[in-house]
Amino acid sequence: MQKDILIKYILGIADNSLILGQRLGELTGHGPTLEVDIAMTNISLDLFGQVRSYFQYTAQLSEEDKTEDDFAFLRKEREYINVLLVEQPNRDFGYTIARQFLFDHFHFLFLNELQNSKDKTLVAIAKKSLKEVSYHRRFSSDWIKRLGDGTEESKRKIQIAINDLWRFTEELFHQTNADVEAIKEGIGIDTDKIKAKYLENVSEVLAEAMLEKPDLKFFQEGGKKGIHSEHMGYLLNDMQYMQRTYPGMKW
Amino acid sequence: MSEQEVKNLEEIFEQKIARDEKIEPKDWMPEKYRKTHIRQMSQHAHSEIIGMLPEGNWITRAPSLRRKVALLAKVQDEAGHGLYLYSACETLGISREELYEQLHTGKAKYSSIFNYPTVTWADMGAIGWLVDGAAIINQVPLCSTSFGPYARAMVRVCKEESFHQRQGYEIMLTLCRGSEEQKQMAQDALNRWWWPSLMMLGPTDDASTHTEQSMKWKLKRKTNDELRQQFIDQTIPQADILGLTIPDKDLKWNEETGHYDFGEINWDEFWQVVKGHGPCNKERLQTRVDAWENGAWVRDAAMAYSEKKAAKKVQKAS
Amino acid sequence: MSDNKKNWPLWEVFVRSKNGLEHRHFGSLHAADEEMALENARDVYTRRSEGVSIWVVQSKNITASNPEENGEMFEPAADKVYRHPTFYDLPDEVKHM
Repeated sequence: MQKDILIKYILGIADNSLILGQRLGELTGHGPTLEVDIAMTNISLDLFGQVRSYFQYTAQLSEEDKTEDDFAFLRKEREYINVLLVEQPNRDFGYTIARQFLFDHFHFLFLNELQNSKDKTLVAIAKKSLKEVSYHRRFSSDWIKRLGDGTEESKRKIQIAINDLWRFTEELFHQTNADVEAIKEGIGIDTDKIKAKYLENVSEVLAEAMLEKPDLKFFQEGGKKGIHSEHMGYLLNDMQYMQRTYPGMKW
Repeated sequence: MSEQEVKNLEEIFEQKIARDEKIEPKDWMPEKYRKTHIRQMSQHAHSEIIGMLPEGNWITRAPSLRRKVALLAKVQDEAGHGLYLYSACETLGISREELYEQLHTGKAKYSSIFNYPTVTWADMGAIGWLVDGAAIINQVPLCSTSFGPYARAMVRVCKEESFHQRQGYEIMLTLCRGSEEQKQMAQDALNRWWWPSLMMLGPTDDASTHTEQSMKWKLKRKTNDELRQQFIDQTIPQADILGLTIPDKDLKWNEETGHYDFGEINWDEFWQVVKGHGPCNKERLQTRVDAWENGAWVRDAAMAYSEKKAAKKVQKAS
Repeated sequence: MSDNKKNWPLWEVFVRSKNGLEHRHFGSLHAADEEMALENARDVYTRRSEGVSIWVVQSKNITASNPEENGEMFEPAADKVYRHPTFYDLPDEVKHM
């Protein structure tokens, strides 16, 4: 398989973890309890760990002399290809948990399939990450139930967050050209195959949480093509602050 | 209990401590011991939690993935350390919520150094190197303090903190081996954090109110001035390796004493910050209050859910 | 929102650091229910691979002896030296007993 296409395929996976990890990193020190604060930072650390594995691999694949940090910090906004879901802001704990929940269930099924990839490095990363993401999924699903079946206020808040973020779920399954190529080669994951299971798993938790599954006809997409929400620029402003202010230095 | 009986108990209690025996939460203890411990342990816990904020300020802007995970893990450790220390307090019959209340209303104090802003990336280096360095000097002796839960919490804290100072020093080292601009950034951070770090070890012995009693209870093994001297003596060679200049023109090796002499500390500034008028006192406290208040509905939801679940279990069983 | 605010109860955490060793008291934490207590214990107390098994129990469910009764509870055991091997005199020729 062409290296640049493989790199693009891997970036499509890695960018999700990168941007979600970055969002969670904003919350360290601001959690509703110390215990939850620590738990969410753990998720962020897991995601950044995965990102490093992916980017070390793309750096190795790249023809140019690149490092993991070049991939993380030195691209333009249009070159990041994470889904819109993961860049959505931490409006409140409900949004943070809803975003995590909707992503974790996808992430789990995705990594589960990625274990069958023909690319041995991706298989190794998938195997290690799957254990982490199983725990993320458990954590966020438990919280969906607590908030959904907690107080009147929490039920209202988490339902609003789910309704609001649902429009980004369709994009999780979209396939870019690189995705299609990778699938053809037996390296990539055919996301069509996990969509039904995703909806089933998510619905099950929502039902148990006494929450409504949104009934939506219109969905938002763009992240995978590098067309992001307006939040993304500000996120990158923070993330790339040092690289932009002090170009070319080692830290 | 008669006055004489209390006196006898106190005597037995003090002898126990003198013999290096530990005091456990349910043991009899003088009211003053209990109060002093709640005060010191909670101040310590608050310092950890407030201390997350100046470094948390750079998590989203950390300049490499390696630095980012290290910083995240460090700030997370601070949350853990706060948690261990609040737990130690709770063994004395005060709840974490009450302790938060004291923090949020400004009744409780925390280490004044966290009221300074982190303005450049080099501040992450300076905090790890200097602030954690000073903290370690303060904390290591507490691993053998007389109150069991405090001593055990400190053993865990010290074990986990061993990477914190190295993390900071490595950041400084990288800056000092980098470009001229980076080295200046490191020097600037040292200039701003040096004096507050010295203040962090507490007022001078003649101005310190608690020292004698604290020594007896092993809440302190050395005086503030001794700790400060130890910190200065061990930090200066580290600054030399970095090639940085300590911002104190009176700093000089004293052959006679075998220690460094150093300049006058601006104690007016120290007391000003302690009393709430440092550059970030208001912001730090407000951030904590906001986190707590914004989290109220989340905590309530989890309790309500747990009660519903418990009720269902009872229903099923009957 | 509920009017009578209830705080998350306190839990004690016991961790087995590796198989073959007993669970040891590691500390405490707050959690609303037992799943959360387990998860919090995992996140707070095993971040550095400190454990392979966790027990959590709500602190209020622990019954503890009272140190004021330590005299009657524990001191009577102090003079029962015959429970210890050194109480028994054997000739040096008898080894390993």
